[in-house]
Amino acid sequence: MSNFSVAFRDAGDVTVLAICGELDAHTAPELESAIKKCRDEGKAKLVVNGSDLEYISSAGLGVFMAFIEEIRALDGDIKICALKSKIFNVFDLLGFPLIYHIVETEEEAISLFKQGIKPI
Amino acid sequence: MDRASITHTLIVPSATRHLIKVRKFVVESARQAGVNETHIEALQLAVDEACANIIEHAYQGNSANKVNLTMTIEATRVIVRIRDHGRSFDRRAYQRPDVVELSRNRKSGGLGVDIIRRLMDHVEYFSEDGVNEITLIKLLRSDPSSSISSIE
Repeated sequence: MSNFSVAFRDAGDVTVLAICGELDAHTAPELESAIKKCRDEGKAKLVVNGSDLEYISSAGLGVFMAFIEEIRALDGDIKICALKSKIFNVFDLLGFPLIYHIVETEEEAISLFKQGIKPI
Repeated sequence: MDRASITHTLIVPSATRHLIKVRKFVVESARQAGVNETHIEALQLAVDEACANIIEHAYQGNSANKVNLTMTIEATRVIVRIRDHGRSFDRRAYQRPDVVELSRNRKSGGLGVDIIRRLMDHVEYFSEDGVNEITLIKLLRSDPSSSISSIE
């Protein structure tokens, strides 16, 4: 049984991926499949809500790196929100906030799309 | 912090589904010895990264092998030694990753060693007679600069 899950939710033309549990080398393929599913369905405005994410390693960070260019080429973006501070610190350690929108709330992430604010 | 040295060991099969067991081992051993949570988070992530690299690169995903961990908690530092019998890591080929460049090239890997180096105070690696061993040392000072913090 996996200790990681992804739930999908629509917020207008934005798709929210609520991720829960521990994202490591074992579970990262599940996030990868979830993002691929969105892409294949033509959904490119993605918000990853990490409020229930308890752990992330480089394998999890790698999923964001692998897809960001492709999603942005589709005129979309992957925005990340609601991270616990211990999780944000891992993103921050490697400089992710320099190229990814990482915000505090889901509402804020969705509004970045609504305002047409372009990726960093 | 006043404590005698304590050593814990763990042997796990070389499959990523066991990484959760590795993290639990690190967290519980360190917590039991009174190591602070910030240091525990750093140790947990660094050890996970080292084991994930062994599983993926040294053993090439072959789950029939073993990863051996020894964690020694002293009064002023934690030493984790992780041993495998797979392919050795070529340090000469290692280049510090750039997240912007990796994202641009749609790469998902290459961050693990950098994370380990950023989080640990000392990292040693040796390979001899078919045995590879990485040693991670975390000093137990209260200086917050040794914890998971922003890029320098």
